[in-house]
Amino acid sequence: MSRQIGEVVLDLKKVSLSFGGVKALTDISFDVREHEIRAIIGPNGAGKSSMLNVINGVYRPQEGEIILRGQHFAKMNPYKAAQAGISRTFQNIALFKGMNVIDNLMTGRNLKIRSNLIQQAFWWGPARREELEHRAKVEEVIDFLEIQHIRKTPVGRLPYGLQKRVDLGRALAMEPSILLLDEPMAGMNVEEKQDMCRFILDVNDQFGTTIVLIEHDMAVVMDISDRVVVLDYGKKIGDGDPDAVRANPDVISAYLGASH
Amino acid sequence: MPETASSQALDTFPRLLLNHARVRGDKPAMREKDLGIWQCWTWQNVAEEVCALACGLSEMGFKRGENVAIVGDNRPRMYMMMSAVQCLGGVPLPLYQDAVANEMLFVLVDAEVRFLFVEDQEQVDKVLELQEQLPQLGHVFYDDPHGMRHYTQPFIHDVRELMEMGRTHNRNHPDLLPREVAAGSADDVSVMLYTSGTTGKPKGVCLTHKAFISAARGGTEFDHLTADEDILSYLPMAWVGDHLFSFAQAMISGFTINCPESAETVMNDLREIGPTYYFAPPRVFENLLTQVMIRMEDASAIKQKMFHYFMTVARRSGAEILDGKPVSFADRVLYGLGSFFVFGPLKNVLGLSRVRVAYTAGAAIGPDLFRFYRSIGINLKQLYGQTETCAYVCLQPDGEIKFDSVGKPAPGVEVKIADNGEILVKGPMLLKEYYKRPDATAEVINADGYFMTGDAGMFDDEGHLKIIDRAKDVGKLANGAMFAPNFIENKLKFFPFVKEAVVFGDRREMVCAFINIDIGAVGNWAERRGIAYSGYTDLAAKEEVYGLIQESIEQVNSELVGEGPLADSQIHRFLILHKELDPDDDELTRTRKVRRGFVAEKYGVLIDALYAGKDRQFIETAVKFEDGRQGKVAADLVIRDLRTFGVAGRAAS
Repeated sequence: MSRQIGEVVLDLKKVSLSFGGVKALTDISFDVREHEIRAIIGPNGAGKSSMLNVINGVYRPQEGEIILRGQHFAKMNPYKAAQAGISRTFQNIALFKGMNVIDNLMTGRNLKIRSNLIQQAFWWGPARREELEHRAKVEEVIDFLEIQHIRKTPVGRLPYGLQKRVDLGRALAMEPSILLLDEPMAGMNVEEKQDMCRFILDVNDQFGTTIVLIEHDMAVVMDISDRVVVLDYGKKIGDGDPDAVRANPDVISAYLGASH
Repeated sequence: MPETASSQALDTFPRLLLNHARVRGDKPAMREKDLGIWQCWTWQNVAEEVCALACGLSEMGFKRGENVAIVGDNRPRMYMMMSAVQCLGGVPLPLYQDAVANEMLFVLVDAEVRFLFVEDQEQVDKVLELQEQLPQLGHVFYDDPHGMRHYTQPFIHDVRELMEMGRTHNRNHPDLLPREVAAGSADDVSVMLYTSGTTGKPKGVCLTHKAFISAARGGTEFDHLTADEDILSYLPMAWVGDHLFSFAQAMISGFTINCPESAETVMNDLREIGPTYYFAPPRVFENLLTQVMIRMEDASAIKQKMFHYFMTVARRSGAEILDGKPVSFADRVLYGLGSFFVFGPLKNVLGLSRVRVAYTAGAAIGPDLFRFYRSIGINLKQLYGQTETCAYVCLQPDGEIKFDSVGKPAPGVEVKIADNGEILVKGPMLLKEYYKRPDATAEVINADGYFMTGDAGMFDDEGHLKIIDRAKDVGKLANGAMFAPNFIENKLKFFPFVKEAVVFGDRREMVCAFINIDIGAVGNWAERRGIAYSGYTDLAAKEEVYGLIQESIEQVNSELVGEGPLADSQIHRFLILHKELDPDDDELTRTRKVRRGFVAEKYGVLIDALYAGKDRQFIETAVKFEDGRQGKVAADLVIRDLRTFGVAGRAAS
């Protein structure tokens, strides 16, 4: 592998999040290094998705701070996160079902569009040039994910596995430096999972994108991630490389079960 | 370089290429859709890239007469590599891109391949899998760099490196290519195509420049093809049909070949290109029609009415209008309306609006299917030929289309029928030999220089050739009646619900059949009736599906009554197989012909059960998945008896 795992790019310090009386996350600290694939695992309700939501600012933690490339944030917000190069996919696919694949991917380019509404409405001069540039970028994503055949299909008509792939494409169209994946393989069959793994590894390898992913399929997690953090009832119970996590007695009793 | 080309006769493919670059250098020669946009290569571009490839190969130590394997989807650079190899007096050897590594092994060893040109990572992986068994392997070049970053093996190269090297070489030695092209002769082997071989190991068919040029020239003149045609090249490059239509004929007439973006986008690309000249095996036409019919069932009532009304008009008069035969004025008007409302839009959806000539070959086409396309105004014709004859033996002339024949002998081809019914062929397009197999060559070319096709056929009164079956497949039932399995299977396969059929009966007292259902058509049918199923095996075992197939077979039985000597071949019992026959499991050839012997052996238990009169049989079969893993499919198959029909004057059984 040519990729080099680098410095810490994202550091979470003592993050706590609660909804009324429910403590979703308690005092969680972990870091993510440049170019690595970092997995977050844990049983249902462990706070995995909440964790991702904190990272990209959908939820505001009551305590703790997020350090992104040396910059301290008490609260992140989604706009800032996106500007800082964090993009994500969602557990329940967040695409515009009535729009086709190209248009959905183009929404991923939204932040990068500089021309104003009026210029775009007339599709004139710089706006036109700019759109063509973005469109070319979207084509590269389409080529990368091998979804040429569904380019013009409305997303709602696609099978689930492909929708997931388009969702990933929409996140990739942003050219993120950090990619958050919320259960990218949930509900897929073996073949689709293999494809998705391949794509995740390729993204990481080819573009050097740092990836934080939540996944339930243990085989997948252990195979593709560099380091794993384990949550249970909103608390961190393990952190380390896959082998260390697999051997951690707390993790075994909380999540993996005695047979492992 | 052009000067030397013009001074020679245009009797090899490299000379033809250089001539096109000279006379129509700025006209499109090839197109390919990349990143959503059609990219174009003019003849001049093609000549330049071919030159770079050839010079690069030469620098890598390529020697005249060597075989170069080419594996991948239809892409411009794949075709250019063929030309480059031909320029150096080598022999391009296209392989089926979906072959698994072990199938490629035999050919690569047999042909002593040192140089391989492959499309992408998938193919490189196959080669690496075989590496240890290929001691002679020299260099592997790939076209698509996607995923290739971590391949550090010194013998694997990006084709762009090769071309860069070639360009430099060409600057220093500009005389190399003209000299090599001039050294070529029309009697050199221009391409080697391995026959998929329904029996035994595949054989390399060596075809000369002269053979392919005469076949391609005959075809282009026969159909008046011009340099303005557009053709979509999407059939396997290793198939003789693609080589004739996409490579040889384009080299003769200078038309444009268009390569699809990916295998899944063919339908879309077809619509965008709108080819004027189209070639597809019956299977493709069948799939198109099935899709149309499925979509029609979902259409609104008015559209359905219109469609069915105008289709009756088309069935009545469409084919006649196309053939220029007299048709009543009222029907002409109705057909005109139909063209406006139904046929025109339909052809547009199919991407066939601009088609002047369409051909089908490779297997028998159902009369209904054939009539459908002709009746909506598509000039679909049949041709007949083998790999050994450059797919050029018989063609259907415009205006003389018969649904049950393959047409008249093509210009320059002599066809005769042997005493045993076998079709014999002679002409310039015959193979030179089977590679390193003089014994096999001697077996197929008789003392008078005729190629023995192995097909049984007969001429009708107007000189049209009618194919009955493979000569060796034609057998006898226990009572001595003639048994032509393909003939019956084709009748079965004409039903949209039947994907594949294998019938048995040679030296047996009755005929029995294995059926593969068409998962698309039957699946749709089942959905409409609210029948739930989990997959092929489950659907195939449904009571209702058995009923559906039974009806179809009984209809075939009733048709067989009228087929004279074949009336005794009515099917008595059948079962629906629990898995689809698949080339990966060696049950079909890569061109999807049933390997009868192999299937009979593999499913021997089922055959025994059919003839023993059992009504169920358990079977477990090993299957290979697409990614190379092995698995097992098991099922308890139902066997059903069928109604047969009595021939007049004989009692019904």
